[in-house]
This record gives sequence, structure tokens and C-alpha cells, in this order.
Amino acid sequence: MEVQSAVKDKVEQDKAMALKEETAKTAANTAAKTVKMSGKDVCVYYGEKQALFDVNLDILENSVTSLIGPSGCGKSTFLRCLNRMNDVIDICRVTGEITLEGDDIYDPSLDVVELRARVGMVFQKPNPFPKSIYDNVAYGPRIHGITADRTELDELVESSLQKAGLWNEVKDRVAESGTGLSGGQQQRLCIARAIATKPDVILMDEPCSALDPIATATIEELIDELRANYTIVIVTHSMQQAARVSQRTAFFHLGKIIEEGETTQIFTNPQDEKTQDYITGRFG
Amino acid sequence: MQLLTDFFSGLLGLIISPLGVILLLSALAYYFALKKSSGFYAEHGREVHSLPFYNASYVALSIFLPAAVFLLIFSIVAPMVYQSMVETTYQNHLQSLTDFQQSNFINNVFALTTGNITSKSSEMITEASQYLTSLMNVGQYVRWFGTIGFAAIFGFLAYRAVNPRLRARNRVEIIIKTLLIICSIIAILTTIGIVLSLVFESLRFFQKVPITEFLFGMHWSPQTSIRPGQVSAEGSFAALPLIAGTMLITFIAMLVAGPIGLMSAIYLSDYASPKFRSIAKPVLEILAGIPTVVYGFFAALTVAPLIRGWGESIGLSVSSESALAAGLVMGIMIIPLVSSLSDDVINSVPQAMRDGSYGLGATKSETIRQVVLPAALPGIVSAMLLAVSRAIGETMIVVMAAGLAANLTINPLEAVTTVTVQIVTLLVGDQEFDSAKTLAAFALGLLLFVITLTLNVIALRVVQKYREQYE
Repeated sequence: MEVQSAVKDKVEQDKAMALKEETAKTAANTAAKTVKMSGKDVCVYYGEKQALFDVNLDILENSVTSLIGPSGCGKSTFLRCLNRMNDVIDICRVTGEITLEGDDIYDPSLDVVELRARVGMVFQKPNPFPKSIYDNVAYGPRIHGITADRTELDELVESSLQKAGLWNEVKDRVAESGTGLSGGQQQRLCIARAIATKPDVILMDEPCSALDPIATATIEELIDELRANYTIVIVTHSMQQAARVSQRTAFFHLGKIIEEGETTQIFTNPQDEKTQDYITGRFG
Repeated sequence: MQLLTDFFSGLLGLIISPLGVILLLSALAYYFALKKSSGFYAEHGREVHSLPFYNASYVALSIFLPAAVFLLIFSIVAPMVYQSMVETTYQNHLQSLTDFQQSNFINNVFALTTGNITSKSSEMITEASQYLTSLMNVGQYVRWFGTIGFAAIFGFLAYRAVNPRLRARNRVEIIIKTLLIICSIIAILTTIGIVLSLVFESLRFFQKVPITEFLFGMHWSPQTSIRPGQVSAEGSFAALPLIAGTMLITFIAMLVAGPIGLMSAIYLSDYASPKFRSIAKPVLEILAGIPTVVYGFFAALTVAPLIRGWGESIGLSVSSESALAAGLVMGIMIIPLVSSLSDDVINSVPQAMRDGSYGLGATKSETIRQVVLPAALPGIVSAMLLAVSRAIGETMIVVMAAGLAANLTINPLEAVTTVTVQIVTLLVGDQEFDSAKTLAAFALGLLLFVITLTLNVIALRVVQKYREQYE
């Protein structure tokens, strides 16, 4: 009797173990995608006008999240909240909570300089500084004192340019002005410049809207490669681009998130009618 | 009441003058041409080439411009014709006179005729004056008939040409373009004329004083004898002490205006709240609007004694007119110039550049030092050079505060003098026009012009060469 019960216990134990492993496995699947940044009830006001209404969005690590929606829907505003670029605008006010790895980025004790070093940004129009290619990339590391000496800085500049896929094109002329490059090269230079500060997250505000299709394709490939090491949030007007480069998509409309989820799900099986209308091109 | 009558009689005088008449004619022609073209415009609509406004303007301009040009040419040529006719008629009389007496005779004839005071009158002069009066009467007829004739002929031709296919719009455009070209040509020619007069008078000076002495000598004392045979110092004209004084004062001024102007520009463009900016900018502009003579007596009566007092209290001997006082006040005067020029340049650096820097985690001052200022540098350099040429050319402050002693020194506590101050002192009072002393003013002016021109050209080149092309 005792033996029997003991055996039964063993079986049940095994069963429980198997179940645990199963859950662990599924957990591991999503564990690769831990939440990197998260916005909770984010509202943004420009003076009297409210631009964002209670936005809740999780941004997963090592994935590309695209923010889509018609012009003026608040997607760029939300993006600029993530590294507090809105601080530059005097009349802008942000409420709610945005966290980076669990820490509130709007906490008064947090240094915005440090935040922006960890959350880099690439802008709509390529905006290289009127300096040499080398100095453009070395700008961030120099400000933050990332490298100890010249050789280290050289290596960092080279590796950043390599990661941005620009090294082979410019390795012979890093001393020339960054403004002399073509539009696509300039934008990759800006990406290299953002990478050089060793950020965790890279924000991209319509990075391809000023570029031709070939340069766009290069940048899109680059974004896909960068996903391995960085968390990327990209604002785009191109539905195809969102579908091509991102794993998760959030659809903004009139300052609210209408729908967010897996990119494939949003594009193949949207739950909301407005999302359906937007991605099929019926409005916006 | 007296004022009102004067005003109306003046107005009446204008209306019955040839200019008034052609203005009146143009206005009438405008009205009739407008009526005519409105007629066929109402009939044909869009098929008409030009709007009634253009047709009417074309006719009005066709009357006004030829007549006005005639009037202008007449008023320049007529006196010359009168004079040569008087000269030919009284040829025999004039030949018996000396050159000086000849011009005196002509002057007296003209003065008597136009009712001005004559120095002396003779029978011959009265007779010539009567001849001139008859000439002028004929001239008046020519003036009136010419003006009205030109207006009538061109007006008639233009009015007749008004029809639906007349390209009046294009013609009016051409007339406007021509007017603009003429205006700019006048400006350019005037400048060229001034420069040429500077050059030729300077050449006369260099015949009296060798150019090498002027440029490389060490001593400036322009006192020459006024009458021949008078015992006095032989004047020496070496510009070096003046240049040195000018440079010293300019240097002090830029030491004040450069940093303060630039930094206030940075504060205004990147740090100040819009509210503060809206107050501070006009205040700076008021500073720019203070007449330099006010700065001058501020320097001479307030700043110079103050500096002297301070100097004495720490045991320095400061002359009561010091380069320091003049330089300091001149610096204050230039601050608005530097700051408003730099402010424009700094503002023109695109916000995208600043955003890029902030986005990488740079602070405000890092962004300004490493991104904004390098991008704005060409503009700032040219602003500084413009400020330097302003300081070099400034006169009033230095006249009042810097003194007249041409010391070759770099001690800011001593009195120095500048090129502009010396030009003023050379030309104040009664002067002979061909003495070395007076001509020296032209040479100094030319020197000043060359220096400031060089600086301005450099400033322009710097801006052109290093300007970043922002979209």
C-alpha cells in the first residue's frame, strides 16, 4: 500500500516536473523578449492642447517596435517622450510614467544626459554635424568619456561605422566633412553616431522619409541587423516598412493607441476597424 | 494762418510748374486710358492681353517719364548754354580781363539777373544781365513747350496704341525694371565718384609728400605755414602713429564688444525665455540707436575722469584723455552690432543640429560650444570684422575722448589720436584747398577706406567660403 502510494507520488511528481518544464519553456520564449521600456498612462500636453491620451505601451528588448498612424496622431510625440527630447520644447508637459528597465525616466533624480546616452535617437532628416566623419561619430563618446584613450576611441569609431554599414564606404576619408556624404550615407552616419554612445535603445523618427528607395533598403537591412544588440523603436509612415522591419506594431490615432501587438497579427488580422481601414489605405 | 497760405501758394507753385503739369496730365491720361481699356475689357474679357490697370499705367508712364527726363536734362544743360552764349556775345570785353576777372564777371552777371547780391556792378554787367534775362525768357518757353510737347506726343502715341492686343503688362514690367536699374546705377556711380575723388586728391597729396614717408614715417605733425614766408615748422605727414592709435582703440573696443556681444547673443538665442528675449532685444537695439556724440561726451566727461581717478588711486599716471576710455565706450557702442549680427547667425543654425546633439546626451553648453558655434563661426567672424571696420571708422567718440596727440604708443592709459580724428582737425576751420595739410585728409580717408574695404572683403570671403549649406 505504502509502496503503491509512493509510486503514485513519484508519477505525480514527474508529471508536475514535466508541466513545470513546459511552462518554463514557454516562459523562456517570451523571456528573450523582456520588457525594456514601458509607458503607462502617458499624457502629453503642448500648452493647452493635449497631444497624447493615456498611452500604454511595452517595448520589448531586442526587437523592433514600429509606431504607425496618420500625421499628427502623436506617434512622434510618444517617441520623443522616450528619451525626453520633449524637454527641449518649453510648453510641453508630460504626465504618467515611462520606465527604462523599471526606473522612471521622468524621476527628478534621473540625469537626462545619462538617459539620452542610453536611449539614442536618429532623426527624420539626416543631421550630421558640420564636422569630420570621425568627429561626428566620436562626438558622443567624447562627451560621455566612454573611451580612455585615442586608440580605444579609434576602435569605437571604426566598430560603430562598421555596425552602421558605412565603414567600407568611408574608411579612407573619415577626416572629411560628414555633410559631404550622400543622404543615405548621412543617415547611416547618424545611426553610427547614435551607436557610438553604446545605447540600449535606439529611437528612429521616420529615418527613411528623406531617402531614395535604395538607401531605404540599406537602412532597413541595417535595422534588422541592429536588432540583435539593441532595442529599436521606429516611427514610420510606410506600412510596408513597418511590416518588413518590425516585430511589434502600435497603431496611433488622434493621440491614442488603437491597437498594438505582433506585427504579423496587426497586418493580417487587425482587431479594430480603424486599424483595418488604415493599413488597407482607406484613410490617413 | 500765414503758414497755411504759404503752404497753398507753394502747392499752387508746384501745380503750375512743368512738373506739376505733367503730373496732372499723367493723372488725366491714366483716367482716360482706364476708361478706354475698361470698355473693351468688359466686352472681350479674357481675350484682352493686359488688365485695364496696366494699360492705364502704361499711358501715364509714357507721359510722365519722357517729359520728366526732358526737364531733368534741361535744368542741367540750360545754365551751361546761357553761360556760353553770354561768353560768346561779350567775347571782346572778356578778352581784356584776367582769368579771375572773367569768372568774376560771369558770376556777377548771373547774380544780378537772378536777383542775388552782386559784389560790384558796372555798365557792362548790367547790359550783359539784360541780355541774359532775355535768354532766360526764351529758355522758359523752351522748357514749357518742350515738356508739354514731349508729354503730348508720347501720351498720344501710347493712348492710340491702347487696344485689346497691346502687351501693356510686359511694357510696364520693363519700365519698372529699368527704373530699378537706374536707381542702383546711381548708387554705384556715386560710390565710384567718391572713391575716384579720394584717389585723385590723394595723388595730389603724394606729389607734395612722398608716399613712402606717409606710410612708413614715424612722426605726425601737420602744421605747415599758412602764408608763404611765414616762419613755422615744416609739416610732417606720417600716418603710422595714427594707424597705431586707431588700432589700439579698436583693439580695446573689440576686447569689450567681442566677448560681451557674442555671449549675450548666445544667451538670447539659446537660453533666454521668449519673454525675456522680447524685452532684451529691443533694449539692445535702443543702445544701437543712441547717437555717437552722446557716447562721446559720456566717454569724455564720465568714463575718462573715472579711469583717471582709479589709475591715480593705484598710483598710475593716466592722461585725462586716454585710449582706454575711448576704447571702452566705443566697445559699448559696438556691443549691439556684434550681438544682433551674431544672434542672426546663431539662430540660422538649424534646430535639427541642436536636436542631434541633445539626442546624444549633450548638455546645452556642450551643444553650443561643439556644434552651434563651429557651425556659426564664419558668420561670427564676419560679424566681428564688420564691427572692427565700424570701430576703425568711428569718429565722434574718439574726437571727444581720445585726444589729439599723435603718440606712437601701445599704452592704453596715454592719449592717442586716430585717423578719423585727424581728418576732422585737418578740415575744421578755413583751409586752403591745395595745401598739403588739407590734401592729407584725402590721403588719410583713402587709407581708411582701403583698410575697411579690405576687412569687409575678407569678411565676405570668409562667409562665402565656410558657409554650410543648410537646406
